[in-house]
Amino acid sequence: MQAITESISERDIKRVERQLARQRLLSKMKRPQWLFWMLVKYVTLLMASVAVLIPPYAILMAAFKTPTEYYAKSKVDVPDSFLNFANFHKVFLDGDLGLAFYNTSVILLISLLFTILFGTQVAYVLSRFEFRGKKMVLVAYILAMFVPSVTTQVATFEIIKALGLINSKFSVILLYIGADVVMIYVFLQFMRGIPQELDEAAKIEGCSYFGIYWRIILPLLKPAIATIVILRTIYIYNDFYFPLLYMPEQSQVTVSTALYKFTTVFGTEWTTISAGIIIILIPSVTLFLLLQKQIYAGVTQGAVKG
Amino acid sequence: MLKLSLKQQQRVMIISFLFIPLLLLCVFSFYPATQLFSLSMTDWDGYAEVKNYVGFENYQSLLDDPAQLEPFLNTFYYFAGAVIQICLALWFAILVNSKLMGRNLFKTLLFIPFVLNTVAASMVFQIFYQVDGALDNFLQAVGLAGWIQPWLQDAGVVPWSLVAASIWRYLGFNLILFFGVLQSIPQDQYEAARIEGAGEWQQFRFITLPSIKLVFGLQVFLAFVGSLSVFDIPMIITKGANGTKTFVMATLETAFTFNDFGLASAMAVVLLLVVIAFMLLQRLLFRESK
Repeated sequence: MQAITESISERDIKRVERQLARQRLLSKMKRPQWLFWMLVKYVTLLMASVAVLIPPYAILMAAFKTPTEYYAKSKVDVPDSFLNFANFHKVFLDGDLGLAFYNTSVILLISLLFTILFGTQVAYVLSRFEFRGKKMVLVAYILAMFVPSVTTQVATFEIIKALGLINSKFSVILLYIGADVVMIYVFLQFMRGIPQELDEAAKIEGCSYFGIYWRIILPLLKPAIATIVILRTIYIYNDFYFPLLYMPEQSQVTVSTALYKFTTVFGTEWTTISAGIIIILIPSVTLFLLLQKQIYAGVTQGAVKG
Repeated sequence: MLKLSLKQQQRVMIISFLFIPLLLLCVFSFYPATQLFSLSMTDWDGYAEVKNYVGFENYQSLLDDPAQLEPFLNTFYYFAGAVIQICLALWFAILVNSKLMGRNLFKTLLFIPFVLNTVAASMVFQIFYQVDGALDNFLQAVGLAGWIQPWLQDAGVVPWSLVAASIWRYLGFNLILFFGVLQSIPQDQYEAARIEGAGEWQQFRFITLPSIKLVFGLQVFLAFVGSLSVFDIPMIITKGANGTKTFVMATLETAFTFNDFGLASAMAVVLLLVVIAFMLLQRLLFRESK
């Protein structure tokens, strides 16, 4: 009996609330000022959306057009057929895209593995042990942030050359692993949230320090690792600077440098080049749509630390 | 098996876990930075065994020929663009944070260019800006044919074309930073303000603005350092033609095309010092509030 009256009154409250909200909206809509601002908001959002979409839209259309069609039609018109995959076929074979995806994947996987290993290890040692020189290590990581790698490559080139790594994937792998400082902060901050008591309990059970790192800390760091994997994957997949400088040989092209060379390989075959652009954009867009929430969080975290 | 005491175990852990990362940090971060200074005092061509010490000659030649510093001026176009970009990002962040219909879709759309491959995104614009390209055709289609410009050919227009491509690509980054802060403002503050009869502008002025001031300032600084080190977009779209060369491009060209690593190092040192000065300034200004 009581339950029924409660549910009725709840429903009533909801109904009244909804009516009030509608009334508020109606009274707002009568104000020209409110209408004006609503219009401004939607118009700017729509204009921005068009501005974001038009350039890639034109490329997508071009990718399905034949060269004659491309020059005959307006660039914003749809192609005769969306089943014309000739451009994609051509670009994949003649543009070394298979090789590029292979090279980028190898670089990405090795870099990620070591970035995570080293990053978590440094964070573990720095947050759990007291030792002489700890302050200096922390200061070193802060100082390293003041040296943007874009400025020092003229000198880095000498080192890579001395190590005999020009045209080797390990040139860029080492740079990706060695020059990433932001992740140390992400890991350190996350370590602070893992209670020391867990370590202590494991130690009493007879676990070694390495066991604590490997079996307790590493699994608990999973969310931080996910953040770093996302940030680094975006960075490495998109990076153009390091492979351009250190791996000029065709056998070592990455996704970025392969695409960069398209204007030399295909000249002004814009339809073929467009197909190449689309192929390279697909993994990014897919990954983004799948991991949207994590990417937003990761980008925010990475930027605030940096 | 050798049984180590806890203290010894700790020492082994510290050394084995820090050794390689610190070595990498030294080799690829600190050593190049110091090496840059010593290279800038030589005439090294990138190949020779010996590097001849030439003192401050390279710096002198930078001062003697200010044309070499001209690419620095392009920084200001990108910085101006970045300020516009940050303001636009704030406006759109406020919109997608309000109760507008389709806000998530708009957020996704505006953010997506930020995760795209740099070369692909830049080439999209290289094709988009062509004479009789998609932009021209689009303007014709919507009846704005009069706005058509030689987007990449005219030295007066091309910096802004590149800046627009840069805004297109990086707006989402600023948007998501602002959005994060806006989400953390408690809604009841706005509720209370509304009950007190505050309009939208007043709510923005007295609740939103104070909360985002810090992030706004930080982003302007990040934008400045970013503008100094622009490379990808002009390198891919124009290859530096029509006065679009940036300072990083000029430095790399001096080193790798003209084989003058000494002069290139001197240029890099100048850039490094400017960047460090601005980052220190940022630290000082934002220290207590962090």
